[in-house]
Amino acid sequence: MSHGVVIVGGGIAGQAVCEALRERDADVAITLICGERSAPYDRVRLSEILVSGEDPQTLQLRPPEWYEDNGVELLVGRTVTWVDAERGALGLDDVDELAFDRLVLATGSQPLMPPIPGIDLAGVHPFRDPADCDAIRVAAAQGGVRRAAVIGGGLLGLEAARGIAAQGCAVTVVHLLDRLMERQLDAGASALLAPALLGLDIDVEFERSTQQIIGPERAHGLRFSDGSELLADLVVVSIGIRPETELARTMGVVCDRGIIVDDAMCTSLPNVLAVGECAQHRGVVYGLVAPIHDQARVAAATLTTQRAPVGGPTDGAPGALYLGSVPSAKLKVAGIDLVCAGDAAGDLEAVVSDAATGVYRKLTVRDGRVVGTVLLGDTRGSEALVAAVRAGDPVDNPLQALADASLAGPADLPDTAQICDCNGVCKGDLVAAVSEGGCATPREVMAVTRAGTGCGSCRPAVKEIVAAATGGLSDEPTYLCPCRKQTREQLAAEIRDAGMQSVSEVAATCGTGRDCGTCKPALAYLVSEVCANQHREERDARFINDRVHANIQRDGTFSVVPRMYGGVTTPDELRRIADVADKYEVPMVKVTGGQRLDLLGVRKQDLPAIWRDLGMPSGHAYAKAVRTVKTCVGTDFCRFGLGDAVGLGIEMEKLWEGLHTPHKVKSGVSGCPRNCAEATVKDIGCVAVEGGWQVRAGGAAGGNVREADILATVETRAEALRIATTFLQYYRENADYKERTYDFIPRIGLETVREIVLGEDSGAALRERLRIAKAATADPWLERDDPYHPRQFEDLDAPEPVLAGPPAGGER
Amino acid sequence: MSVAIGRYVCQVDDVPLGEGRAITLDGRRIAVFRAAGGWFALDAICPHRGGPLADGIVCDSAVICPLHERRFDLATGSGLTTDDAVVAHAVELQGERVFITLAAEQRAAA
Ligand code: SRM
Ligand SMILES: Cc1cc2nc3c(=O)[nH]c(=O)nc-3n(C[C@H](O)[C@H](O)[C@H](O)COP(=O)(O)OP(=O)(O)OC[C@H]3O[C@@H](n4cnc5c(N)ncnc54)[C@H](O)[C@@H]3O)c2cc1C
Ligand code: SF4
Ligand code: FES
Repeated sequence: MSHGVVIVGGGIAGQAVCEALRERDADVAITLICGERSAPYDRVRLSEILVSGEDPQTLQLRPPEWYEDNGVELLVGRTVTWVDAERGALGLDDVDELAFDRLVLATGSQPLMPPIPGIDLAGVHPFRDPADCDAIRVAAAQGGVRRAAVIGGGLLGLEAARGIAAQGCAVTVVHLLDRLMERQLDAGASALLAPALLGLDIDVEFERSTQQIIGPERAHGLRFSDGSELLADLVVVSIGIRPETELARTMGVVCDRGIIVDDAMCTSLPNVLAVGECAQHRGVVYGLVAPIHDQARVAAATLTTQRAPVGGPTDGAPGALYLGSVPSAKLKVAGIDLVCAGDAAGDLEAVVSDAATGVYRKLTVRDGRVVGTVLLGDTRGSEALVAAVRAGDPVDNPLQALADASLAGPADLPDTAQICDCNGVCKGDLVAAVSEGGCATPREVMAVTRAGTGCGSCRPAVKEIVAAATGGLSDEPTYLCPCRKQTREQLAAEIRDAGMQSVSEVAATCGTGRDCGTCKPALAYLVSEVCANQHREERDARFINDRVHANIQRDGTFSVVPRMYGGVTTPDELRRIADVADKYEVPMVKVTGGQRLDLLGVRKQDLPAIWRDLGMPSGHAYAKAVRTVKTCVGTDFCRFGLGDAVGLGIEMEKLWEGLHTPHKVKSGVSGCPRNCAEATVKDIGCVAVEGGWQVRAGGAAGGNVREADILATVETRAEALRIATTFLQYYRENADYKERTYDFIPRIGLETVREIVLGEDSGAALRERLRIAKAATADPWLERDDPYHPRQFEDLDAPEPVLAGPPAGGER
Repeated sequence: MSVAIGRYVCQVDDVPLGEGRAITLDGRRIAVFRAAGGWFALDAICPHRGGPLADGIVCDSAVICPLHERRFDLATGSGLTTDDAVVAHAVELQGERVFITLAAEQRAAA
């Protein structure tokens, strides 16, 4: 009678063997024994759960029905205590005995805990399973912990630190060596990693050998070999793994660090195989998921082709041999992009590094073949480079290869390139899911191939490949509302026809602005523009900048840029700005590129008082609106000046101030063609020339550089102002939301623009509408005295929240 | 079964319709949203780069982080544009008063 295959250990390895085996043999009896108290789960994603606090239940690799459907006997929470391989029998923690023909050991590993005093104290945790994850998270989130320490600066240690920092808990990584992730990175990349971590509030201390964890009852700190100490009430130990070989040893299987296996994944006993972190192949124990899938496929082949247990190298089908894996890793720390594969050192190395931006890209070559890559800060082309490392591709010019890879998207990859390392899915599998499997969306493809269901870091690549395969990137018109596929023109017409006055009316009538919300700011602009600023304002439809009239910064504070018409200020204004900066302890005062002063790092609740103290109008530096009009000194002082640049600039800024626009509008006025105010690269610019003024539009010198087109050359300053103003309104009425003038003019065509702007009637009508719109504007900073909502600038912390148990009558 | 151990955080009128506001409970920053579809509470710090979710644009079922526009489901906290997620907490109204029960407290009570 056949007893089938028993797999000991329900980790990623046990599950992978189960699936690979079932795929090859629909009938063989399979029993999977899980020592942990749950069915196989995705250990890799524990890092994610540590950050999010999500239920580990969501990590299940397969739903319970899968085991039933696939005829796999699943024993959960049971431990194998003895095995008699010769007899084909094993014992479980209770009296049960189980017979088997073949056994697969997938017992994984245990976290390495150093035998130092204090290691058993409360507050000291490894980071390996859901219980650890929960304990660390709860401790870090509770607030009782003043500082946490993570011993070990490897991949896992850094992910643990990130999870702790995400709970708002101070954390220090203490590392034995002088650089982080030394197993995967070279010195150059490590040097950039520490500052990047600091940016995520993770401290790092190097060359710290922990001698003792200070107690007495629970952890309170670490003592290092040099006698120094670090306060820590929570200690996470992450210094490595120890393959779980105990059962194997008692069975008489030959073990070294791990259970020794050959290229067929067979151990020293003929009917016993080993796969995963417990196995040692050609001297290597892999601590990663990708090799597990390779090993599991070979193990399944061995189990199905080698009918008679013979042991030793397989006589199975060719190709069913495991020859080792090229290790590759991605750091799953939000905010740090890091991918590495293979060897960080070679006999030839190409490195592109920029400490200022934290970018480090390296390709290593040995004997003319790619052997490794390290990509930090900019991981473009990682799939192609990792594929080249895996395949050991020949390379002539590694620097060129690095550059090429950064341009190539996933769509350019060969079909054999592995996209999902967690589940071993190649690009070809994804394409086949579309072309043969009939999948139409990334979600469906991910469900079928399981790509992207592990650590998730490959999802953008999966999406791009699926989009290319389905032709999903075809040309579509610009929709203001992408969900309901409505363009700006369609919506503007409906708003006009129905006389709608608010975003919520549009939402109710046209269905936009509801679920997705992306279109809300665009609708808010559209409604205000169509209603000439006599709309009903709904702040919730506005981006935070427009709700509090200041620009949000990376740390959640705001910047304050008061208006300085034409870049001209006075000693009195400067004194007030200085006083405000002192009084509110503004961290930085900066001269902007737009010729005015920026107060950066202001707290939201201080905004109204600062505006009051400044007594200056808003510069709208936070809004899609008329920004600055830069000027040069022109005829006022300059010996070359041909026109009054300051005068015209100030006039323009005062006339346009407060008008919102589809995207920001930056202007400049130069007093002569030397163009010191850079007016030829502005959205709207005027340049004084011999005998008059040149009026230009559609320029930029930002992410895009475009010389502004000349709308007209006119004789008087008044004419110049009139044409510039007419163009502004034309842009306000016709551009798509977030379309700068440099895209708008080429889209419409310069001739058309000129015709309408310079046309007598059309021009006059535009100016009239601008006049009406302008009349309804007000300085938004006056909301300091009349806020949109009484608590517009406040959070809920003040006054202190009252602790109230169950409210009266609230016992339900 | 919900056990009413919620803590008072604000009056209904303290949060304008369609907006969010933050509060610290147990040392944890929580964003409270008054959406068209009801009240919701999430961890206030965006897992991406710490953006303040209370300042995000709220739509019927999600909030959009103001820094880089990741989206999170208001009811569950799960990321709609990426795998990042935030923890969702329970909100209850008693007349004009708003109460929050942190997810951890809910679990403890369950
Ligand atoms: C403060 C300032 C930099 C400085 O310290 O000098 C600045 C700061 C920002 N710029 Fe700028 N830009 C500043 C002058 C410029 C200039 C130069 C100028 O205006 O003469 C340019 C090139 C000109 C142009 O736009 O054509 C410029 C091109 C950009 C761009 C690229 C626009 C493009 O389409 O290429 C962006 C991104 C965007 O708009 O999407 C941007 C976006 C930003 C934002 C708003 C990013 C953001 O959304 O948070 C920065 C706000 C930081 C803050 O809160 O203070 N900023 N930015 C300058 C403010 C000028 C002012 O007084 O209003
Ligand atoms: C937080 C974290 C993040 C990680 N991130 C990554 C990553 O980004 N990329 C990557 O490639 N790798 C990552 N890893 C490593 C990866 O998770 C492991 O390589 C992989 O899970 C090992 O799987 P395994 O099945 O071999 O071992 P294990 O997961 O250890 O499974 C072995 C199982 O066998 C059971 N068992 C042992 N003995 C017995 C017995 N006698 N009877 C019954 N059951 C028994 C154990 O209880 C255990 O459930 C990460 C690991 C952690 C902890
Ligand atoms: S160039 Fe402008 S957008 Fe870029 S960092 Fe500087 S201020 Fe910010
Ligand atoms: S911080 Fe929230 S999306 Fe970047």
